[in-house]
Amino acid sequence: MFRRIEAVADEIGFFFDGRPLRAMQGETVATALLASGVGVFRSSVVSGAPRAPLCLMGVCFDCLVEIDGVENRQSCLVEIREGMDVRSQNRARQLKQGTISCR
Amino acid sequence: MPVKQMTAAADLADRYDIVVIGAGPAGMAAATEAASHDVRVLLCDENPAPGGQIYRAITRNRPVAFKLLGASYAEGLPLVQRFLDCRADYAAGATVWSLQGAHPESEPEIGLTLGGSARRIRAGRVILATGATERPMPVPGWTLPGVMMAGAAQIALKSASAVPQGRIVLAGCGPLLYLLANQLSDAGAHIVALLDTSDRRQRWAAIQHLPSFAASPYLRKGLSLLVSAYRRIKVIGGVQDIAVSGQDRAEKVRFSTRKKQHVIEADTVLLHQGVIPAINLTSAAGCELVWDDAQHCFRPVVDGVGRTSVPGIICAGDGAGIGGARHAAVAGRIAAMTATTDLRIGTDPDCARQLSALQRRARYLLRGRRFLDLLYHPAPQFRAPRDPDTIVCRCEEIRAGTLRQAVGLGVPGPNQLKTFLRCGMGPCQGRMCAPTVTEIMAEMQGKSPAEVGTYRLRAPVKPLRLAELAAMPHTPAAIQAVAGHAPSDFQPNRKESP
Ligand code: FES
Repeated sequence: MFRRIEAVADEIGFFFDGRPLRAMQGETVATALLASGVGVFRSSVVSGAPRAPLCLMGVCFDCLVEIDGVENRQSCLVEIREGMDVRSQNRARQLKQGTISCR
Repeated sequence: MPVKQMTAAADLADRYDIVVIGAGPAGMAAATEAASHDVRVLLCDENPAPGGQIYRAITRNRPVAFKLLGASYAEGLPLVQRFLDCRADYAAGATVWSLQGAHPESEPEIGLTLGGSARRIRAGRVILATGATERPMPVPGWTLPGVMMAGAAQIALKSASAVPQGRIVLAGCGPLLYLLANQLSDAGAHIVALLDTSDRRQRWAAIQHLPSFAASPYLRKGLSLLVSAYRRIKVIGGVQDIAVSGQDRAEKVRFSTRKKQHVIEADTVLLHQGVIPAINLTSAAGCELVWDDAQHCFRPVVDGVGRTSVPGIICAGDGAGIGGARHAAVAGRIAAMTATTDLRIGTDPDCARQLSALQRRARYLLRGRRFLDLLYHPAPQFRAPRDPDTIVCRCEEIRAGTLRQAVGLGVPGPNQLKTFLRCGMGPCQGRMCAPTVTEIMAEMQGKSPAEVGTYRLRAPVKPLRLAELAAMPHTPAAIQAVAGHAPSDFQPNRKESP
């Protein structure tokens, strides 16, 4: 977990697992979560072990979260936006009911 | 005229003269140079803002972090400014997932995702400026939250003015580790120890290159980094192994030096074993790779001006071999001049003279590299983990012991190992395990990494959503192929009028 070394000029609000948190305009979802004290982003696909970002540069895929309903997004590459709904991911992605429809 | 910020795939042109991939020093310099000729240029980059990792978030106003990051960070400002002032299209937040070289009948083509939809774009030339990634450092417990690569901590500092809370242990080798240690302590972070894993035997190999390092621009900076780190941080040298443990996150670091075993408590552990070229896209495009023994990594084969083995694809900067930010900026310009000359649009009679001046400058900036490469050559136990429980493939959670078993059974190469065990088949597509897999095989089979090779990669090199693919514009031929009738009576994207 991280702390800021300078005052955040333009703060914005977002949600993590329904909890309201604050972020710095222009940063990524990953650093916004780390600086808000979020220590675990997801649980691993195979064993369910807790995971958090390793590289912060788009390489490791350990920062995957659900953002505004879209799963498996690399939070270290997505810029945080006001009101974003971010959710932790549990193991492998589930097929949501109603995601696939055949007509 | 400033760059044109592109936010949707649909707004991009079908074809550009030059497409640059990556907005680090090489990519920005390439795009700026190319745009100064009369050509259409597109620069696509994964990050939300220009600068790459080295100049990450340099355009944002955070006075405290900026001051702390020092002069070498500020060096990026004019480069970024010139890029932002140039006449190129700039797609930030774009993911490039495929790349094809030129064929007799067709030009190079890239596949990318921007703003939620995918698109294919043709290019006269493609300049790959994909930069470097950190070499993985698989140690027991490195999947625990609280363990990060050193580069990640530096990115958090640059882009979010954030430093790890609590007790920090830095472990590994290379100049970046000392740079980060200094920056974090300047920022008031609590560093418990820096565990230096440098292989002392390497000193002899490095020493013969000392004269060229002494004459290089890196000597003074390197020395001052070391001195200031030793002055205020507890540096422990000769560290031979490291293991992180904890319940649900990092709590303890165990390590041994020649004399004894140690345990220290830590909340954050930052690992580093140097950087290597990011070659996923290069490799998927079919560019020939070569093993670089001094830098201990694969890199693309390039000629003196950056052309790869695949027609139409040029590679510049750290992605073509580690040379550092200043070198990358010069290499980017060289690549752009190569591209315009190849396309016969560089009509400047002065071009040849400029090019040779740039090449001289590039060679100068590579001075001293060999010394650093050899001195900080990662120790074997951190390249091919000996402890069988150490996870090598983080995505599929494949451990060193399982890999060694499969290699022992006679699995011939990395690609077969992949099919056999699924290592390298997770979302990172082998980015985190490829170097380790090669090292383990080389060690066990008594071969050189060059002989073992690395994963063969295929597009898409980044996961792609079905919805993004579905949003691709459909060519008439594609519609005919799928729907069995001409496009005129089938328009999947047409909105029904009410
Ligand atoms: S933290 Fe590694 S990909 Fe995001």
